[in-house]
Amino acid sequence: MNISRKTFVKFAALPFVALAAKGARSKPNGPRWGMAIDHRNCAKDEGCTLCTDACHLTHNVPTIPDARREVKWVWKERFSKVFPSEYLPARLENASGPVMCNHCENPPCTRVCPTGATFKRPDGIVMMDWHRCIGCRYCMAACPYGSRSFNWSDPRPHIRSVNAAYPCRTKGVVEKCTFCVERLDVGKAPLCSEACPEKALIFGDLNDPRSEIRTLLSARYGLRRRTELGTRPSVFYIL
Amino acid sequence: MRDQPIILAGLAVFLVIASFPFWYNAATLRAAARPALQLPPGKQCVAPVKYMKAYHMRMLDSWRDQVVRTGVRRYTSPGGKTYDISLTGTCLSQCHQDRAKFCDRCHSYVGVRAAYCWDCHNSPGNAVRTAR
Amino acid sequence: MLRLEKTVSGGRAYRIWLLCLAAVIATGFACYLRQLDYGLAVTGMSRDITWGLYIAQFTFTVGIAASAVMVVLPYYLHDYKAFGPMLILGEFVAISAVLMCMLFIFADMGQPARVLNVMLHPAPQSMMFWDMVSLSIYLLLNTIIASVTLAAERRELPPPTWIRSLILLSIPWAVSIHTVTAFLYCGLPGRSFWLTAILAPRFLASAFASGPALLILLWLLLSKLTHVKAGGEAVRKLAVIATYAMLLNVFFVLLELFTALYSGIPGDAEHFRYLYLGLDGHFSLVPWMWVSAGLAILSLVLLLRPATRENHRTLALACVFVFVSLWIDKGVAMVVGGFVPSPMGAVTGYAPTAPEIAIAAGIWALGALVATVLIKLAILVRGGLAGRAAPLRAVDKNLLEVSH
Repeated sequence: MNISRKTFVKFAALPFVALAAKGARSKPNGPRWGMAIDHRNCAKDEGCTLCTDACHLTHNVPTIPDARREVKWVWKERFSKVFPSEYLPARLENASGPVMCNHCENPPCTRVCPTGATFKRPDGIVMMDWHRCIGCRYCMAACPYGSRSFNWSDPRPHIRSVNAAYPCRTKGVVEKCTFCVERLDVGKAPLCSEACPEKALIFGDLNDPRSEIRTLLSARYGLRRRTELGTRPSVFYIL
Repeated sequence: MRDQPIILAGLAVFLVIASFPFWYNAATLRAAARPALQLPPGKQCVAPVKYMKAYHMRMLDSWRDQVVRTGVRRYTSPGGKTYDISLTGTCLSQCHQDRAKFCDRCHSYVGVRAAYCWDCHNSPGNAVRTAR
Repeated sequence: MLRLEKTVSGGRAYRIWLLCLAAVIATGFACYLRQLDYGLAVTGMSRDITWGLYIAQFTFTVGIAASAVMVVLPYYLHDYKAFGPMLILGEFVAISAVLMCMLFIFADMGQPARVLNVMLHPAPQSMMFWDMVSLSIYLLLNTIIASVTLAAERRELPPPTWIRSLILLSIPWAVSIHTVTAFLYCGLPGRSFWLTAILAPRFLASAFASGPALLILLWLLLSKLTHVKAGGEAVRKLAVIATYAMLLNVFFVLLELFTALYSGIPGDAEHFRYLYLGLDGHFSLVPWMWVSAGLAILSLVLLLRPATRENHRTLALACVFVFVSLWIDKGVAMVVGGFVPSPMGAVTGYAPTAPEIAIAAGIWALGALVATVLIKLAILVRGGLAGRAAPLRAVDKNLLEVSH
């Protein structure tokens, strides 16, 4: 219902929206990729950063010492910040878990992008076109999760070892997690999910009721970040 | 109207300076040396050489749009062979290992900066490189 | 034949003024080249505060651009002839302000070379696309209107009749540019500081206070520096407009404060707390906010009393107060306040860096230079007109008072 209304508004607004909307429409039978983060498994090793390391090394994400200029795709954040509450169970009080782009079903970032440099693929992945990005950072203002990073200067000096198989970014563009589209397109799961020794990051097709992620979500309650905003994230947290 | 001689003289000086490279080369009878490209031996390009010479930038453009925007990652050449669409993984890794001897030669000859491909994309030669 | 080079020749003070502007522009440009080379890391912006001085200044200058409507509307829709001599000033200020808006946006781009992607790959669902469209057309409208009417004046002919429809179109268009600018902010789900339907009216109110304040100041300055001695009535009316607009603006701000603070929703209230009281040890904006609030009250005291409003000296002071107060409110706090605290609750400090300030100052100087040259052009044209035959348009009666 939500999708058809959005598509209707897009088509009704202006005829040439059709072109832009073509890429954004969801195929009813195709996959909708999502992730469920099982915190009980993640918490087995509090200091573990294997998911971040695997992602950042492969994708040439720079390590910038100045926190204000950081570039991050997947990182650990304290739960008290991600899901603010009171009187938390002791095991969650100081716990943290991975956060990343939520690949929203209704992403505000793609709505505001003035060039279509960030857009939603039919399989639900919110993608970045680094060739087209003009660096206006409107998407960063629009993202309610702080999932996006900007290259305030050339990132290369801050990349310890460049993985030649994946491009770096240039100064002046926005970047973020892409759910490893380059792997998905050849039938592989995202790196963070594969890198986790505890299998805490369950990746799969939310449209397939028999997928592992759906089985997990039907067995245990999955929380999503800031659902009141209507963005419909595809990343679930099982606390 | 009294400015006319000054204006005309200025224009003449401008024309002489602007055309300097042409008449200098003509006067010294020096033909510019064309760049010699190092072609990979016994390989077939993803498209006819003539097309690649004229339109490689369009192909790269459409390749990147296909990969990034539509997720199409395979390319079928006119000869029927299929390739992975990848600047580093296919063009550079399989044929033109040294971009300095291939891309850069023509680009510096005609004075066209090779866009900003190498701001982001990497050469396979230095697969794992420490930061500059 | 009017020679354009005449616009840059003038007395000693005039030439020094132009040189000063050129120096500020050159400094800004040099800093911009550094930013172009090194990236936006030369600014004080960060992961959490992704827009800073540039976009804030952009928002403020859109308001200045839109405020030309406050002289155009009474003149054309209400036949208020006293604004006749003020018209061209309003239009020229609008042209300079739109140029500044565009430069501020341009300065903020991470990849300025690709900025035309907005036109190559239009995204009508993006408010930034519409902002670009509406600003470009507004610039075009004002340039056509000003140049056609001035050219007609120079040839001592009434302006062509078709121009009137463009002028009428420019009235709602001026409202639209600032409304779309407000929409840039107020449609973002995670930013509760901006997520308010009153943002567009508030922007318009502050624009219609700061713009006329600037016009009054310019007019008073011109009557001191040149022999333009007209429009006492126009100044009086503009002062009333600025008073009402400033009252509305303060009222709107109070409405915002009530909703945010009385509801007590932390997401809404904390932005105001950060701005007026400081949050988590970050107080850098607090003095600015109180100066802005104090100047707003002082300006209203001066503007509301007829005696101080009609005295040009106190009126000028009130206009400076209005301008500075709103410049702080909209040109600094409006944008930064929306980012702090971040959606993740992070409180980060922001202070523009020296190069950032130099670039912004350079853009302001460029706007001032364009406005200076255009106003000089108008004075030249009208000076010539006044020296010659009788006026052809009753509406330009006041122009005759322009003398050498």
